[in-house]
Amino acid sequence: MKQGDESLAARSLSREIYEEAGALPTEVRFMEVCGTHTMAIHEAGLKSLLPENIKLVSGPGCPVCVTEKSFIDEAILIGKEYDACLVTFGDLVRVPGSFGSLASYRAEGGSIRVVYSPLDAIAAAEEALGRPTVFLGVGFETTIPTIAATLKTALGKGVDNLFVVSAFKTIHPPLKILAAKDDLDGFLLPGHVSAILGSNCFEYLPRDFHKAGVVAGFEGLDILQALRDLVRMVARKSPHIANDYKRVVRSEGNPTARALIDEVFAPCDASWRGLGVIPGSGLVPKGPYSRFDASVHLPVDVPPAEDDPRCRCAAILMGSRTPDTCGLFGRECTPEYPVGPCMVSSEGTCAAYYKYGAV
Amino acid sequence: MCLAIPMELIEITGEGTGKVNAGGIRTDVSLMMIPHAKVGDYLIIHAGFGIEILDREEARIRLDLFKEIAEATRHLEET
Ligand code: SF4
Repeated sequence: MKQGDESLAARSLSREIYEEAGALPTEVRFMEVCGTHTMAIHEAGLKSLLPENIKLVSGPGCPVCVTEKSFIDEAILIGKEYDACLVTFGDLVRVPGSFGSLASYRAEGGSIRVVYSPLDAIAAAEEALGRPTVFLGVGFETTIPTIAATLKTALGKGVDNLFVVSAFKTIHPPLKILAAKDDLDGFLLPGHVSAILGSNCFEYLPRDFHKAGVVAGFEGLDILQALRDLVRMVARKSPHIANDYKRVVRSEGNPTARALIDEVFAPCDASWRGLGVIPGSGLVPKGPYSRFDASVHLPVDVPPAEDDPRCRCAAILMGSRTPDTCGLFGRECTPEYPVGPCMVSSEGTCAAYYKYGAV
Repeated sequence: MCLAIPMELIEITGEGTGKVNAGGIRTDVSLMMIPHAKVGDYLIIHAGFGIEILDREEARIRLDLFKEIAEATRHLEET
């Protein structure tokens, strides 16, 4: 594109959104399900290109934000009781548990290894020479097949000191709960979760809930285009599923990745921070892969964890509130000293509001 | 969490593994999820895995569309 083309295209899309929205009698609210979209929207300053009556709220698609405090507690307890080496993605390290974070546990001498790819956990396990090596498994359908592939590789290699604590989450169960809410009109659907699941898998949104959904890429123009399509569907009362990220997302998704998930994991109930237990929304290793299940092979007693009752993350993850309405925001709760998970994750809504300002 | 920048597959290094390049940065990736990837394909990478191959035709259609919108807007704003 020529210089300036991008801002011209952005202005044009914004104008279209204004025109469509002008015909709407009321406010409409769209949820961006994915944390990476939340960050992209703030980074590109997109909210300033939208009319008053179009509101964007963040959803539960930030893996760290929906991970229970007790998960951190369980990890640290496993580390202590079994002298295990904990292997994790970087964004979990600072999440506060009930008795400290992984970072503070490391400062006390605990063994933590931060990896970029779960495959590095295999190398870590091999280097650990028999010492239990425990991968902290969080993430949605984009990440889950990478863990499945890792466990499959580990099984093939006969690695027997690798374990995984499973706090994986699947997107459909909470999305169905959110779709039933009257105060949400449509969804900006997660680009890379859709790359795995396919754009077809969201058909239940218009069919069962009369809600619109658009699969979007991560550039400013991608998101604006998707928002234009969402507003249009609402204005014309024809909610359906559109795929505005066709360069990456196929209608049928990535069947190889899904086959990996199905081979390694079975669904289970999962507890979402702030939202509670959602039936069938988690995954545990099954069959020959259950040998990697830390909850079976490295059991610990995890005391129930309490969240700060003043933290509003639950309502924020449901799209019912914005961070600026939380009394702790920017005062007691900052990225430096996070109280709740929406502040600790760089993709969390509170962190985004803090970094870019509420708009 | 998600890296949206596609990286070019420059080498198949073994069964289900390859090397990608983006702006001079080279890294190893697993191709277990995209076994059909070929050298020269642009890949979406997540946590060390190629999760999908960029569809170049669709990428071109998108660029053309935005160029067209920009052109039309330029005309509109100049007149
Ligand atoms: S600002 Fe902090 S305490 Fe308030 S909702 Fe966000 S994470 Fe929770």
